[in-house]
This record gives sequence, C-alpha cells and structure tokens, in this order.
Amino acid sequence: MPARRRRLHRIEPTAVLGVMSRDVTMFGRYWKTTTFSSVVDPTIYLLAFGLGFGALVSTVNGIDYKEYIGTGIVATAVLFSSAFPAMYGTFIKYRFQRTYDAFLAAPVDAEEIVSAEVLWIGIRAGVYGNAPLLVAIAFGLAPRWTALLVPLVCFLTGVGFAAFGVFVAAVAGSIDNFNYVQSGLLTPLFLIAGTFFPIEGLPEAIQAVAQVNPLYHCVELVRDLVVHGVDPLPDLGHAAFLVAFGAVMWRLASWRLRARLID
Amino acid sequence: MGVSGPPAIALRGVVKRFGPVTAVAGLDLEVPQGVCLGLLGPNGAGKSTTMRMLTAQARPDAGEIEVLGWRLPEESKQARAEMGVVPQLDNLDVELTCRQILTVFARLYRVPAAEREAAVRRALEIANLVDRADTRVDLLSGGMRRRLLIARGLVHRPRLVLLDEPTVGLDPQVRQELWSLIDGLRAAGTTVLMSTHYIEEAAQLADTVAVMARGRIVARGTPSELVRAHAGREAHVVYGPPARLAELRAQADAAGWATRRAGPALAILHAERHDGALPEGERRAATLEDAFVMLTGEEIE
Repeated sequence: MPARRRRLHRIEPTAVLGVMSRDVTMFGRYWKTTTFSSVVDPTIYLLAFGLGFGALVSTVNGIDYKEYIGTGIVATAVLFSSAFPAMYGTFIKYRFQRTYDAFLAAPVDAEEIVSAEVLWIGIRAGVYGNAPLLVAIAFGLAPRWTALLVPLVCFLTGVGFAAFGVFVAAVAGSIDNFNYVQSGLLTPLFLIAGTFFPIEGLPEAIQAVAQVNPLYHCVELVRDLVVHGVDPLPDLGHAAFLVAFGAVMWRLASWRLRARLID
Repeated sequence: MGVSGPPAIALRGVVKRFGPVTAVAGLDLEVPQGVCLGLLGPNGAGKSTTMRMLTAQARPDAGEIEVLGWRLPEESKQARAEMGVVPQLDNLDVELTCRQILTVFARLYRVPAAEREAAVRRALEIANLVDRADTRVDLLSGGMRRRLLIARGLVHRPRLVLLDEPTVGLDPQVRQELWSLIDGLRAAGTTVLMSTHYIEEAAQLADTVAVMARGRIVARGTPSELVRAHAGREAHVVYGPPARLAELRAQADAAGWATRRAGPALAILHAERHDGALPEGERRAATLEDAFVMLTGEEIE
C-alpha cells in the first residue's frame, strides 16, 4: 500500500475552493443578467421612493431622505442577492441537478458544500450590496470615509442570509413552500428594517421584532458608516449580531443539508 | 493476477433500512485489490444502496465497512479521495463544458494545481472527448455524457473505481464502447466494483461475479464457476404450448430436475446429468443467465 496521505480536515480549504470554483465558472455565464438586476432594482427603488416620498418628506431622523433611503436599500440589495439565490440555487442543485450528490462522492462533505455556497454568495452580496450606494452617490450623496467598510457589512449580512437560504432549501420539500418563507418572513423583515421609514414610529411589539431582524442591524450599521458616523458601542453590537446570525444559520444549514443528502 | 494484501473493499454484516424496507440485509463482501468484481442482481436487490454506502452517502444501520483500509463512515473522506465514483444517475452540470467539469473535479480530488491541466487532458483522452473538450454538456449525446461521467471519476487516477450500472439505458454501440473503456481500467490494474443488472455485462467484464438478491450476496465466483455450479454444463430447452410445459415442469419437479422458464419454453438445467431421461428438445451450453435465474428466482418483485 502506498504511503498514507495526510489526514484530511473536517473543513478543507481545497474542497471549499473547489466547490466555489464551480460557482465562479457558472457565474461567468450569468454575470451580465445578475449585474443588470442588481443595479437596476435599487435604482428604481431609489428613484421611486426618493422622488415620490422625497417630495413629501425632506428629512428623516435628521438626514436627507435620499440619503436615508440610499443607505437603507443596501440591506435590500443584500437580501435579494443572497437569500433568493441561495434558496433557489441550493434546491435546484440538490434536487434537480444532483450536483451535490456528485460532490459528496468526491472528498467533499456537506459542511464544505454549505461553506462554499455561503461564502461565494456572501462575496457576491458584498459587491452588489454597494450598488445602491453608488447610485445614491451619483445622485449627490457624499459618504464618509468609513463607507469603505460597507462591503464588509454586506458580506457579513449576505453570508447570514445565504446560509438562511440554504437552510430553507434543505428543509422545504418543494419549491412552492418558498412562498411561505418569502411572504411570511422575508417581506415583513424587509419592511421593518428601517429601510424606507424609521422603526421608531412602529408599535413596540414590532420594534422588538426589528431588534432581531438582521436587516435592521445591517441598515443601522451602513447608515452610521456612510452618513451619521460610527457610534462604537451600538455599531459593535450591530456587527456582533450579524456575525452571530451568520454563524447560527451556517450551522443550521450544514445540519439540514447533510440530513437531506445523506441517507 | 495474484495481487495480495488487504482487500480494497470489505463489508461485514452490513444492514441498511429505509423505514420498513430493508434494502441491504446483512451483506458480506470482499473485493480484492486489482480485481474487477461485478455485483450482479435484479433491480431492487440493494446494489445502488451498497454503492452509496461505500461513499458514505448512505449510512449503514449495522455492520462494518472498510474501503482502501479506511473505516467508514468516519474516515470516508480519505477513502473518497483515493477512489473514483461513476454514479448511475447522470449528475453532470449541464451548463458547463467537459473541460470545466473535469477541472472542478480535479480540484475536488486534490490534484495539485501544476498537474491539473494534464490530468484533465488525460481524462478527456480516456473518454475520447478531446474534440468535445469545450462543448457544453447539454449539447453532448447520451453516450458522450456517460463517457464524461466516467472520465470525471478517473481524473485523479484512482486505484479503486465504483461503477454503478455503467451502461444502463444506452445503445448497444455505446455499450460496447464503454465496455472497452472499463476493460482498459481493469487491464491497467485498477480495482473495479461494478454493479449491473445486465448479465452479459458481468460475464464480459468481471473477473469475479457476486450475485446479489434481496440485500444479500447469494453466490460468488468467476462467471464460468457460477454457471457450472448453478446451471451445470448444458441446458435442455423444450418448446411447447403452456399446458405441455406445465405438465413437464411438474414432472421435472417430481424428478428433482432444476428448471427455469425461458420465454415460450422450459429449460432443464444440468441437462448433462439427465441424459436419456429427457423429452425431445434442444441442447445448448448453460449460460450465466441460467445461473442468475436459478439464484435470484423467476419472479419479479
């Protein structure tokens, strides 16, 4: 018998990069359409709300409404470029294309598949999340230098929602069930995140929900980094929440996807 | 061949249940190194479940599994790194090209970056897909897709290859082509475990055949040993209307002759033992199919 090869670790960077290389190759075919919708969507929101509501309200919480919404929509862009691709992509790959079955026959484990998918979608969200900000800058927003940290916030939030999407896909027996998650969970989260209007005006119970809404923490953090300036303690809290969200969802996604793939 | 050393695959008392169904019911099987073992059995015998357990994609409820000296499921990632798997269901990424798929898998199989390109080229050559290297999978024919599926499992030169029903649903021409590909592996000394429900396939390719039925191995040997042991040297085939055949079968049962239905006829096996006593009929050499039916039963489950 030949010399034993080195022990493989539970999570191997090579395996994670290998799975990601497949996604990157695929992305080479789709980047145009993905980029189009990632830039056009927030622009439309920005124009619609900025011009529509902007005519009614000039400032919210002391900042210009266009700045308010330009920073808020970053979280929306992250949600749309992470949770949805993760849900649909994962479902299609394990159910219809059986791509994950092929990976699992090679030296790759479910946890590594989840890590790769989540990291890749997180990186994409880290890039596309900036689109609304760039559009807002084109419309006259003057960001603080701390805005350079926004991609990192988008990445963190994107990782969490990507893992959430993988988890949902692994739990859902059919693609129709995504409607429950979409309408019952994601739409409310997206509206009570302080994106379009401040949550302070909402009933207290809903405000409490916002406190556990990762999008709310993303919005607050981005707004501080870009407009208000960093407020160390609360902002560390927001960042910590996003890290915890990502870690918990990653564990849950690995656990459910593994159960789905291994008999 | 005479390869010694520990077996490439060892399963001992392996049981796998899916709810009330027991797919694998106490399986014992050893595959020596350097051998092409054909796992032959009817649909539903538990072959695919067995294959999936060897990659830890299914976890046994009882028993022990060792692959290339690694204990499963704990050390399965190590085992998977050293073997190649060709699944029954086509799970190729249809939107990627042959080269892109092989490159992804060369990475997953830890082929060092400097050797990846050469490994991909070699796999394309084995599968005879060099001209199609940059063709997307959804534009390939069924036979080409199957060859690519095999190439994907060989990109890292594994010393053990699992082939799950490698030619199911393919034309005879494509089948011949795949058979020579598999024969090439065997000739190169790679250990092969191939599941199939095609008797001819097992007879053509396997050094050793293990017959599987109802989740267990019911017989094992070279194709000719199995024929000799379970169907004898010759079969005596009697044609006639159903009533006549039923009568003959009753007579055979009473006399203790082994028989099997063979289309519109009844075949009496081990015919050489009953010379003189048999009715009018045709003699032919016993086949692996005769032995297979004797071992796995005539009824479709």
